[in-house]
Parts: sequence; structure tokens; C-alpha cells
Amino acid sequence: MIRMPWRLVPRTQPSARMRVLAPLLAVSLTILVGCIIFATLGLSPLAALKVFLIEPVSTINGVSELLLKASPLCLIALGLAVGYRANVWNIGAEGQMYLGGVFATGLAIYFHERGGPWLLPLMILAGAVGGALWAAIPAFLRVRFYANEILVSLMLTYVADLLIKYLVYGPWQDPASNNFPFTITFSDNALFPLFASFGGEWLEGTRLNLSLLITLVVLPVAWLFMQRTFAGFQLTVAGLAPGAARYAGFSSRGAIWMAMLIGGAAAGVAGVMEVAGPIGQLNDRWTPGYGFTAIIVATLGRLHPLGIALASLLMALVYLGGEAVQISLQLPKAISLVFQGLLLMLLLGCDVLVNYRIERRRPLADAAIQP
Amino acid sequence: MTPESLIPLFAAAVAAAIPLLLAALGELVTERSGVLNLGLEGMMLMGAVASFMVVASGGGLVLATLCGCLAGLLAALVFAILTLSLQASQVATGLALAILGSGVSAFLGRGYVGNPAKLTFAELPIPVLSSIPVIGPALFTMNALGYLAVILVAATTYFLYRTKSGLILRSVGESPVVAQSLGLRVIRIRYLATMFGGAMAGLAGCYYAVAQFKMWQEGLTSGNGWIALALVVFASWRPVRLVVGALLFGGVTAFGFYLQAVGVHVSAFALSALPYIATVVVLTVISRDQRALRRNAPASLGQPYFGM
Repeated sequence: MIRMPWRLVPRTQPSARMRVLAPLLAVSLTILVGCIIFATLGLSPLAALKVFLIEPVSTINGVSELLLKASPLCLIALGLAVGYRANVWNIGAEGQMYLGGVFATGLAIYFHERGGPWLLPLMILAGAVGGALWAAIPAFLRVRFYANEILVSLMLTYVADLLIKYLVYGPWQDPASNNFPFTITFSDNALFPLFASFGGEWLEGTRLNLSLLITLVVLPVAWLFMQRTFAGFQLTVAGLAPGAARYAGFSSRGAIWMAMLIGGAAAGVAGVMEVAGPIGQLNDRWTPGYGFTAIIVATLGRLHPLGIALASLLMALVYLGGEAVQISLQLPKAISLVFQGLLLMLLLGCDVLVNYRIERRRPLADAAIQP
Repeated sequence: MTPESLIPLFAAAVAAAIPLLLAALGELVTERSGVLNLGLEGMMLMGAVASFMVVASGGGLVLATLCGCLAGLLAALVFAILTLSLQASQVATGLALAILGSGVSAFLGRGYVGNPAKLTFAELPIPVLSSIPVIGPALFTMNALGYLAVILVAATTYFLYRTKSGLILRSVGESPVVAQSLGLRVIRIRYLATMFGGAMAGLAGCYYAVAQFKMWQEGLTSGNGWIALALVVFASWRPVRLVVGALLFGGVTAFGFYLQAVGVHVSAFALSALPYIATVVVLTVISRDQRALRRNAPASLGQPYFGM
């Protein structure tokens, strides 16, 4: 093998500074690689970056769209982070979000024209139950039969996608849709009110709605749960040192159940935010993959609520940037996915600095003299 | 139900089994060296889009196949650098590879959506054998990649159990520390095994794009990379059992199409969900006996190893 001029030396203790710096380094490297991609496509990197990162948030409407996307991302990632801290790898948040949307849509259709102000809170609750139920399947199979939760939760995402297709092409299809796959548009009682509807001319035309408040409330609650409660502590120990957790009598089954149900419920509520928010109905292509992007958000945010909040804003910006370059530079929207994947990859690479130091290798002759 | 009416069912089962077999075989070798690469789906998509692009721009089938393999191999190399050299978590990096692969393939394939493949693998019936009733049209009327898959299963089985290199690869997967102390280059062997897995996943992707669906679209492999991962567990890390598992899963997929074709009134969406539900069921049944699973799994699977 090629002899590298440097080598990795394990640190005696993970570097706290590098845990914070690695995401920043990864973001910088992603921007650098982005410039190279833009340049190879024959675009001026700086102009393209401006379209991608700055123009989308240079208007009030842009900021509203940013928060509208960041809010569900943040909520799902908070739920996932609880699990990831305990080494429970729920990667089916996308499917759990679908089920949340389905449960809420069921209520919205059933109580169409008959609803009251109680309908929306009921839908939020139903969404949480739907997501948690979908997550309970991998939790049960893992606890009872040791089935790998990664594969099971992911397979169920494909099943949930087909379930939605079945509903919107079948029993729940809007009779007036000319066979297009969507449900009726929800009544006002089943929709989150817009901030703009409370007045303020400067908010005219923005789509941001009150569902943002859910995320703003959950953020400090998640922080309290993770950092200040015994249950949160048990989960963290179960993840960091499973042996110690067992010795202390913490139930690993309990940790799996709690992690999966919290993650599922959070994803389910995020699904309600979407169907009862900007979409206003259920259709077969309503999600831009928030459930998967939230995995990146949780990792980039270091499984910490504050980090997750910042990371969700960044990922929301990547979505908006993708749409912006599609419109003004005719690049495919998939470039958002490329940047998301790239960022996660580079972050995992940069994370080497948390546990290892990079040291220059001594020349071979020198090394040989050493005892 | 006459035996003749089952011919299309068997043929469809075999056709659906081949890409699963190819991808799972590569992953099996990777896992036998102790590396768990969850990014199969991403590597398959890279292979699919690469081979489709070659065909679309006038390249031949051999070149398309090679480029498919190369694309999968390069994706696996990225995974190997991160996990083997930079000590990143194998689980997290595998997920990242799945996400990155679906993004990059969607980006590269943007101009090719909706176009049929210009060249495709034709079925090559073997004389005499292909006229055996029922199994002839299924097993002896495959395309070149199908026959290649059969040869690769045999070759991989021989390599793993009958050659010194195969023994070395397996011992690295069982105990990297012991292997290293015997002077084996653990990291180098794991690099090679991971890249082989990537090339095989790329080949499976090529099969989807140029032989089975004969087109490109975003997420063409529709979760089959994850099913192939479950298949490796199902086969308890043995190549020959992989064939049984792949045929079983191919059969489940084909059964859905078959029911639709003969006009049974079941929702098409429910039938499409069958392979995913079958995967969950099979995984549950297999995992139930943890002790047997641990006995069969490579002992160091997924564990980080800091080489010297």
C-alpha cells in the first residue's frame, strides 16, 4: 500500500472543539465542491452560489419559505436524535411522516364541512399516533424478534408510500379530480392558519403558518428531555455504553421503545404540518424527502437541539437553493440531493478529527531507531 | 391452473431474482471481510445510471456493463476511504452513500428520463435445454447477465471456500486482530472486498437499466438494494443459499405481476408492497434465533478496526 506522509493517532479523549468545528469544516468543503461542480457545468461559481444560497432568503417571502421547510425538518430530526443517542437507528421517518399525514387526512375528509376549531388539534394528535404506530412495528420486531430496525423501518417506508398511492388513487380520491391522484382540499378548520391572516401588510402572500409554533415549543422541551431528565440520561448511556446501561439496570427494550415511538410521533406531526399546511390535501408526491433529510439534519446538528435547529435552517436553504437554480440557471432540482449527500459524506469524513489527531509520519529510518 | 400458465411466472421470478442475486453476492463478500456497507441502493443507482448513459451515447453493451461496474466500484471506494481509512461509522456512512448515490444518479440522469434504452440485453436461449417444459423457458432462456450471475455464484463459492485467498478474506472478517498479527494486510483486504461489493452492485444496477426495465428514472432500483441486504442475512452469509433466497424474493415480486396479469382483483399497490412486506417477515423469522445468527455472521461485522 502507498505509505502516506501522515498518520492518525487516537486521542485519549474525543475533542469537544472538533465536534463543533467538524460540521463547519464540512459545510465549507461542500461549498468548495459545489463551486467545482458549478464551474464544470460552465457557470460562474460565485454567481451560482449567490443564486443558491443568498437570493432565496433575500425577501420576506423567501424567509417564510425557509422557516416553512425548516420547521418539519427540525421536528423530525429532534425525534430521530433521541433514538440515535441510544444507538437506535430509525431511518424510516419518511414513512412515519406519511402515516401522520394519512391519519390527519382521514379526519380532515371525515369531518369536512362538519368541523370546528377542535378539528386541527385532533388531527395533530392523530398524526402523532399514526407516526408512532408505524414506528411501533420496527420497535416491536426489534425488541421481540431482534429484527434489524434499519431494514424494517426502511421497508415500511416503501409500504407507506404505496398505501398513500392506494388511498389517493382509490377511496380518498377527490371525485372532481378527473382521476388525478389527490384528495379534496381541506376545509379551513383542518388547516393551520397563516401568520399573514393575522394582519401585517409585510407578510402579504407568505405561506408560513402557525405550525411553526409546534417546533418552537418542542425545541426547548427536547433540550430538557435530553439534558435534564433521567429518561434522557438513560437513553444516552444506552447509546454510549450499552454494557454500563445494562449493569445499571436500564432496560434496553425500554430504550428502543421510547426512541422509536418518540421519533415516529415527531415525524407523524411533521406530516400533519405538511398536509394541513402548504399542501392542504393529500397527494402522491407531497414530500420532498424530509424524513431522509432529517437524518442529515440530526447528524449535522450533533444530536443536540440547538445544533439541529441550525442544521434544519441550512438544509431548508439547500432545498430552496435547488429550486432557485432550477428556475434561474436551468439546473436539475436533484442538485439539492447531491449537496445533501455530499455534506453528510464530508461531515463523516471530517469527524475523524474528533477522535484522532493527524500527525506527520517520521521518515522510516528514524522510526526504526525508536524503541 | 395448467403448468404452461406458470411459465411466465417462473420466467419473471428468475428475471427479478438475478439483480438481487448479483448485488447480494457482492455484499456477501464485503460482509465476509467484516465490512457492513448499507449503501447498496446508492451504488446500484450509480451503476444503473452509468450504464444507461453509455448505451444512450452510442456505447456497446460490454462497455455499458463495465462502466456500470466501475461506477459502483468508485462509490464503494468512497465508502471504503471513509470507513477504513478515516474510521467513520459504517452504518452512518452506508446511509450517506445511499442518499448520495440517489442524488448523484438523479442529477446525472436528468436528461435521460423517459427515453427507452437504445441497446438492451437480449435473451439467449440455450439449445435443447431451453425446450425443457416449464423450467426451460425460465432457467435456460436468460440474458447474458443472467448466465454471468450463475457463473459468479459458482466462482465466488469456490473462491471463498476452496482458495487460500478466500480463507484469508473470511479470517479477516472473523478476527481482524488475529489476522493482522499473522501478517495479513487487514485494511487492504477489506478495501478489495468492499470494492468487489461495489462493482457487483453496479452490475445489478446495469441489469435494471439495460436488461430489465430498459430505461432510466429517479430511484429506478426502488428499494431492491435494501432487499438484497436482507437477503444476505437470510442466506446466513452463504452464497448458495443466496440463490434460494433470491429466487424466493424474485418469486414474490413476480407473483404480484402474475396475479395482475391473470386478472385477480387485488389492488396493484397491495401487490407492489408484497416484496417489502416479505422482506420484513423473512427478516423477523431469521433474526428470531439470535444465537444462530451470531454463529453465522462474520464476528467482526460492522466493527471499526484501527489498523496499524
